[in-house]
Amino acid sequence: MTRQREGEQAARRTRPAPGRADRNPLAALKRRFHSGELGSVPVVLGLLVVWIIFESLNENFLSPRNLSNLSVDIVGIGLISTGVVFVLLLGEIDLSVGSVSGLAAAGFAVLNVNQGVPEGLALVLAVLAGTVIGAVQGFFFAKVGVPAFVVTLAGLLGWNGLMLYILGSAGTINLDDQGLLAKLTGYYFTPVAAAYGLAALGTAGYFLASYQDVRRRRAAGVPARPLGEIVLRTAVLAVVSLAAAFVLNQFQGLPLALLIFLVFLVGLDQVLRRTPYGRMIFALGGSVEAARRTGINVDLVRISVFMVSGTMAAIGGLFLASRVTSATQTAGSGNLLMDAIAAAVIGGTSLFGGRGRTWSALLGVLVIQSIASGVALMGIQTAVQFMITGGVLLVAVVIDSLSRRARRAHGRV
Amino acid sequence: MSAPPLLALRGIFKRYGAVQALADVDLEVRAGQVVALVGDNGAGKSTLIKVIAGVDPADEGTVEWQGRPVHITRPHEAQDLGIATVYQDLALCDNLDVVGNLFLGREIHRAGLLDEVEMERVTLGLLDTLAIRLPSVRLPVASLSGGQRQTVAISRSMLGEPRLVLLDEPTASLGIEQTAQVLDLVEQLRERGLGVLLISHNMGDVKAVADWIAVLRLGRNNGFFDVTTTSHEQIISSITGATDNAVSRRASHWETER
Repeated sequence: MTRQREGEQAARRTRPAPGRADRNPLAALKRRFHSGELGSVPVVLGLLVVWIIFESLNENFLSPRNLSNLSVDIVGIGLISTGVVFVLLLGEIDLSVGSVSGLAAAGFAVLNVNQGVPEGLALVLAVLAGTVIGAVQGFFFAKVGVPAFVVTLAGLLGWNGLMLYILGSAGTINLDDQGLLAKLTGYYFTPVAAAYGLAALGTAGYFLASYQDVRRRRAAGVPARPLGEIVLRTAVLAVVSLAAAFVLNQFQGLPLALLIFLVFLVGLDQVLRRTPYGRMIFALGGSVEAARRTGINVDLVRISVFMVSGTMAAIGGLFLASRVTSATQTAGSGNLLMDAIAAAVIGGTSLFGGRGRTWSALLGVLVIQSIASGVALMGIQTAVQFMITGGVLLVAVVIDSLSRRARRAHGRV
Repeated sequence: MSAPPLLALRGIFKRYGAVQALADVDLEVRAGQVVALVGDNGAGKSTLIKVIAGVDPADEGTVEWQGRPVHITRPHEAQDLGIATVYQDLALCDNLDVVGNLFLGREIHRAGLLDEVEMERVTLGLLDTLAIRLPSVRLPVASLSGGQRQTVAISRSMLGEPRLVLLDEPTASLGIEQTAQVLDLVEQLRERGLGVLLISHNMGDVKAVADWIAVLRLGRNNGFFDVTTTSHEQIISSITGATDNAVSRRASHWETER
């Protein structure tokens, strides 16, 4: 009996494994499309469409001045949205990020302007406040078991109340427009070499890292990306980053805010994709039970993710305050929360958890701010902006849901 | 005359409240043997797996590991001994790729960063020795078939280089081709000298792959059969309780074994 089965086994082993037709890049793209692995393709296409439409309506839209301002405008929401990506990866949501960002700005203003605390210290304390708030919310979610949606909804109200309380009757606190915080969004590296240097450095760094990876993989006898693909990716990155540097240099040079945003994006992307901690976050987004059984401390990871979200919200709030050099009662309210969450989702991070990258915050916030900027340039009411952004968000969520369904259908063949 | 069995259970009792889940259960698994654990629903199969895996320790009875008595009270104690368990629901993260799932919770890292190359190398080597074919180890496991997912779950248990593998219904809800894949893998485990304890409802699978069949009925032993010399009907009647001399047959069987 066993002899016979062994014969069958041998036959089965020699049969080629299915799904090897992916050598052809076009076929690979088609397969990815059908199986719902779209990545950032839709949002990049969407961004191009938005830019083409607004440029055709108003030729100032793609002017260096407008694009340079756009690159600074995206930073505040973008940083908040980066924190939201972490929470979305768990399949949870943090509704408090808007209020936390406003509270951080107000806290900084009260400490620095009213209490005379040095700017640096006030900055650190304001950011730490966001971390602590995240820890508190994470505790109630992970340890007490209150749904994250409800905990952070309470936070949305509560932290906004605290902000109004500490701002007091004055309402608005103006910040030193020559100070450290104002410089965060007001400083530009004017030498042309700065923007080009960053573009060159980023491209070279990407190429070297990819090339090193290929060499290690070949040495270990593990399948590696073809060198041609790496060259192509590097070329695309080089063109995009050098073009951005060129445009920025046409105006005031490389904005400090953009540099900081990029550093956060690269750093947190590495954390998510390259560290055991990041792997735990993805695992929790995939299956909490599976993660628990492999010995992952589920509660700790959950709390830490809300701490990341709170911290990033506070940092983003400080950049938003820096942009207007004041802490106001309206900071962190309005559609800031919706924009931050929408940016992450539009950028391709799944609402269902377990799928996403920090770069989706950049791409998504670019789309949202481009719409805002274009609408403002043309002097249309914000009502139209809301409707357009709402429509884009709906499209993004539909794509997310459809690709999830496609993956399901494709998954269980 | 031969080496002591890998795992021997003697007089295991387990009670949940008013329910006597296991009563005086004996079981032996030897290295290089596949023992199928069969029985009707509620016969105590899963309870017995939990006892061995340390999830739910026994109330009474002794567990011997390679001839010496051991106390397994927690899952990691079982793992440290060399007992790997693959549960029915697999516990895979659908969004992670095969490598990510295999190394989940025990990632290889260099200077704090994941060493994907080394993990992929080990994965490919392991899958190769187990003769498992997958389209790519970099696909999310959600895109794998049920049988492939099962083989991923089983090969994950192999990373810790266990001596004994407990498989809870590995072929439930699988198609014919996929079932064959999993059964091939079970034979691979046996060829590598591992002991396998396999829970199954499917008599065809059991006959195809097992060396011995242990029957549980209402929490008690109800027969221990050599697959080659036992008919399908004998096993079925032993499961359903249609035979009343099953226990005596088992006893005589153990006599000849020794």
